[in-house]
Amino acid sequence: MNAKPRLNIGAVRSSFAPWADPLAKPLVRFDQVTKRFGGETAVDAVSLDIYEGEFFALLGPSGCGKTTLMRMLAGFEEPDAGRITLAGQDLAGQPPHLRPVNMMFQSYALFPHLSVAQNIAFGLRQQKRPKDEVAARVDEMLALVRLEGLAHRKPHQLSGGQRQRVALARAIAPKPKMLLLDEPLGALDRKLREETQFELMALQQRLGMTFLIVTHDQEEAMITADRIAVMRAGQLAQIGRPAEVYEAPNSRYVADFIGDVNLFEARVTEDDGDIIRLASPEAPGGLEAIEDDEVPVGSTAWLAVRPEKMRVHLDPPPPGPNRLEGQVADIGYLGDWTTYLVELPGGRTIRAARANASRVVDRPVDWDDKVWLTFAPDSAVVLTR
Amino acid sequence: MTATGAPRPRRPWRRLGRPRGNPSWEARAAFLPYLWLGLFFLAPFLLVAKLSLSDVVLAIPPYAPRLDWGAGLAGLAAFVQALDFEAYARMGQDGLYLAAYLSSLKFAAVATLILLLTGYPLAYGMARCRPSVRQALLMAVILPFWTSFLIRVYAWIAILKPAGLLNMALSQVGLPPVDILNTDTAVYIGLVYAYLPFMVLPLYAVLERQDDSLLEAAADLGCTPFQTFWRVTFPLSLPGVAAGALLCFIPMVGEFVIPDLLGGSGTLMLGKTIWTEFFSNRDWPAASAVAIVLLATLVIPIVLFQRQQTKLMEQR
Repeated sequence: MNAKPRLNIGAVRSSFAPWADPLAKPLVRFDQVTKRFGGETAVDAVSLDIYEGEFFALLGPSGCGKTTLMRMLAGFEEPDAGRITLAGQDLAGQPPHLRPVNMMFQSYALFPHLSVAQNIAFGLRQQKRPKDEVAARVDEMLALVRLEGLAHRKPHQLSGGQRQRVALARAIAPKPKMLLLDEPLGALDRKLREETQFELMALQQRLGMTFLIVTHDQEEAMITADRIAVMRAGQLAQIGRPAEVYEAPNSRYVADFIGDVNLFEARVTEDDGDIIRLASPEAPGGLEAIEDDEVPVGSTAWLAVRPEKMRVHLDPPPPGPNRLEGQVADIGYLGDWTTYLVELPGGRTIRAARANASRVVDRPVDWDDKVWLTFAPDSAVVLTR
Repeated sequence: MTATGAPRPRRPWRRLGRPRGNPSWEARAAFLPYLWLGLFFLAPFLLVAKLSLSDVVLAIPPYAPRLDWGAGLAGLAAFVQALDFEAYARMGQDGLYLAAYLSSLKFAAVATLILLLTGYPLAYGMARCRPSVRQALLMAVILPFWTSFLIRVYAWIAILKPAGLLNMALSQVGLPPVDILNTDTAVYIGLVYAYLPFMVLPLYAVLERQDDSLLEAAADLGCTPFQTFWRVTFPLSLPGVAAGALLCFIPMVGEFVIPDLLGGSGTLMLGKTIWTEFFSNRDWPAASAVAIVLLATLVIPIVLFQRQQTKLMEQR
């Protein structure tokens, strides 16, 4: 009964968690993998396990090394140091054509001189499968990506979304141990991208194949992946389920990269095991957060609060911790959400977001209104770096 | 907004369009190539076609009939009646013409094949180089154009002649001399040398444009580098192969300077035949007939070439 309160993070309760099982063998293991281009270190001693059946996302800004990491797995780059193993087998020195992984390229890289069916059959023909088996597999793939009528089209006769599906079918057809997707939805327009994200996830579950996706789009990673690795300058910043990475970021970088966040620099005044109290000039009543990890009293820390966890009040709430006072500087109406930029007396702007759950509002918040912002202690995260 | 009965607002960009009935400058400019073709291609062609239907006479100019402008319509009728296909008939009777004809096609075809076999690796190697090196190599291919064509062919005479550079080099390493000048071999050397840039440049253009991610995709799907070349690189370079082959084959069939300077008396090529008929035999109608037949045959590869080019443009 004395156990610390474990925060139940996120909305998804999934029983699929091979990474939590100490006996589970990873399908792919990156072990201290380093890659340099000239003087630049693109990937810096990265260690990472990906398990069979997992949908894993490498997420980060451009130039963070995520694509290089994937290309090393495909065999297009050789690591300068470290080891990559696939199903226990060391991949060092193995050329791309011998590796049982397939990649879906960002540009799709469809062969322009071949029809849709021939593109999909390309890897199968390379495996020297019998003709009727190839034809059957191509039909199966065309049905899977819903392109049955387009088997004889050339790539340039297809729309962007259709090309994307051909590229996907071509990479899946040879039944690789693992599918690598390099920014697979980057070239699609927003609506189609959203649809395809869910399709991709459903497809992966149906096939039971291990997917590794590289993306800079956090939404894409959050929707599709079982686990996300957030990368920064060639290193892993955090690995976790989407909800963990969002609700329990381990650093200001991750908190800021995934979604919007308000950060308060503060001094830790008390840690009673459950609740950490902090002092900040911006919050006269002090700050409070529920935190499992211990933070040394007297040290500087950052309190991170997501905009949607801020409550906006037009009337002053009772004084207490986690209470801020300010003036509405700007309002961004997005339809489903409204974002308020609230200027604190110190001059800093805080974001608060509210879902527009009903069409009519009694007292709408207006420009230049004086408002109070509050948040619950379990909505805030204490970050030490 | 759907269309209603209300008048639609005047769209300002409408004014950018040309007013009706008044051809734009673009339309007028499109006439220029036709004018050019008419003046410098169609008119000379008609003259040659007319010449090929004339008869040889000992006069200046050495052909008949000549159109008497003063006689009006009757003169024109007499002129047309005097035209005949005698020159073509003579061509059919004399086996020499047919032999020259076939020999020209053979020279051009074999040289095109050699050009493909030498030009493809060259273009492929260039396209695989770093961009900075590529520019230098491209320059090296184009550089010979800065010297006169004739001088470059004469240089080959200096290399191939019995006491030329080639035989000097051979004797240096203790090999017997070869007698190449004034043989078909010398003509092939000259043709391949002169036309190599015309083969390399179109090939290089398609190979250089090729998307590297296609090669990676092929490797990813199980192709060795060799298989990648035959399943992806080569089929995608076929438009360049066709362009280069036609670009070389068409002018080589009618080539005159190279067989004349490097070939021997036994080298039969149509260009030489036309020259001989025209200048030695002063048989202008026969020379014209040979030229017309040559043109008629080359129309097929020329049309093929044009279609290939159009296809290439569409792919871009």
